[in-house]
Amino acid sequence: MRYAVIDSWVVAKRDLIHWLREPVRVFANLAYPIISVLIFGLVFGSAMNVFGGGDYIEFLLPGMFGQTIAFGVGTTLMMVSMDADRGVTDRFRASPMSQTGVVAGRSIADLVNSSLELLVLALCGLVIGWSFHDGPLDALLAFALFLWLRFALVWVGIYLGLLVKPEAAQASWMFLFPLTMFANTFVSPELMPGWLRAVSEWNPLSSTVAAARELFGNPGVGGDSWAARHSLLLAVLWPAVFVAVFWPLSVLKYRNLSR
Amino acid sequence: MGHAVFAEGLRKRFDRKAALDRFDLAVPAGTVCGLLGPNGAGKTTAVRILATLLRLDGGRAEVAGFDVAREASQVRRQVALNGQQSTVDDVLTGRENLVMWGRLYHLSKRQASVRAGELLEQFGLTDAADKRAKHYSGGMRRRLDLASSFIMRPSVLFLDEPTTGLDPRNRGEVWREVKRVVGEGTTVLLTTQYLDEADQLADQIVVLDTGRVAAQGTPDQLKSKLGGDRIEVVVRTSEELPVVRGVLGPDAEVDPDGFRVSAAVTDRVAALTRVTSALASHGVEVEDIALRRPTLDEVFLAITGHKASEVRA
Repeated sequence: MRYAVIDSWVVAKRDLIHWLREPVRVFANLAYPIISVLIFGLVFGSAMNVFGGGDYIEFLLPGMFGQTIAFGVGTTLMMVSMDADRGVTDRFRASPMSQTGVVAGRSIADLVNSSLELLVLALCGLVIGWSFHDGPLDALLAFALFLWLRFALVWVGIYLGLLVKPEAAQASWMFLFPLTMFANTFVSPELMPGWLRAVSEWNPLSSTVAAARELFGNPGVGGDSWAARHSLLLAVLWPAVFVAVFWPLSVLKYRNLSR
Repeated sequence: MGHAVFAEGLRKRFDRKAALDRFDLAVPAGTVCGLLGPNGAGKTTAVRILATLLRLDGGRAEVAGFDVAREASQVRRQVALNGQQSTVDDVLTGRENLVMWGRLYHLSKRQASVRAGELLEQFGLTDAADKRAKHYSGGMRRRLDLASSFIMRPSVLFLDEPTTGLDPRNRGEVWREVKRVVGEGTTVLLTTQYLDEADQLADQIVVLDTGRVAAQGTPDQLKSKLGGDRIEVVVRTSEELPVVRGVLGPDAEVDPDGFRVSAAVTDRVAALTRVTSALASHGVEVEDIALRRPTLDEVFLAITGHKASEVRA
């Protein structure tokens, strides 16, 4: 057990050093949220309506938090598939290190990484007019929900990363991008055509974003679908479902890894 | 302890194709065993099963006295694996790479950093220790990779094609390191596509063909089975061919069109001297004379009756 903790930390430290020593990635990770807040908030923002009324930037920020969290799955996927491809995963598996260490380390590094992104985004949002209105405790709870989703997506990323080659992992952005848009992140689902509205309302990302809007006291909460009315419950449940499905799948895949 | 690596009737299938088919292996402790064969012969599969990375479908295997299926975690404490690819972390320095592996092998911070220093010294990397590994040459990366396998002084080391893609100088360096650790008591199981590599390093060679042992023995035994090295003499006229044949012995093969006679030899350079002076004393004008080592293709042809390239999966 003691070794599981040490192993996790050693692996997490490796991943964080990678991140820190590659200026391009630091830049991409931190600059992307800033730039997109500017683009969506200030460029598109003036032409946007929030269903039910309210300021668009107030509406947008929780959506941006959500998108950043969802994009995290791409990072996990990429790192895991690169390690597997280079034979590093095999070395880990053939060593006496605890098997949880590899994935726990990955989770720690990814959560630290995402927390930093959320912080940068939040500061950026505060500058251009976003705020939270229901006290720091509820705000922290909202961030906890985002990180809970991120933790669940680590497992999705690990499973997919063990499944595909790095070249395919790179293409994951093509799927991730629309998945973060067919949601309540940037536009109220109420303003979308019927079928897309249903997809967007049931998108797990929407539940977390809606719950966060509620906790922050930001506009755009509501909607009459079951999913919209129970967003807090779903924001807890969806990630739990991901973990329940992808944790065992990842463990199985990791054990039987063979190329 | 008798055998450091012991396998009996190993079977492994991928989809419907047999990768290993009743594969047997016994490597005495402290020796080097070379698994020789072309791509797709099952070398890597065998190593991955023995290193606990792949589950076996049948048979049993013991490494360092532990069963690879039932006692995988004990096996992992005794072995190190060096795969075909370098697992060196480019972003970390050489020292950081070694300290990381030391920590993952559960040394304390202090122990890990002391051990890293020792290994950098032993593998001639002290000067580059604090440079990021991405600035290392191919040979240095290989050495760093090997060094990381020696953190725990493993009792068994698996080397999967350790010199594939290296130039001759770097290959020589890797061979030297392998010989050194064998001197310290490690048992090595080496897979290779190169006959000369197995010849250089292995006490015992096992030739794999489509998942089975096609032949095994010491390098010398295998070579004599093949007829070993051959001496080839090329002359200018066909009248001289019988004379050359007389010198090379009754088993010599004559190629009348190429004015060429070849025969197996065991004593290489001595044979070359002997044949040259014998031909000179018979007044034969020699166009060309050379010693030739059998290629992997010839080994295969001789042992299995088909070419190495034909078993490629």
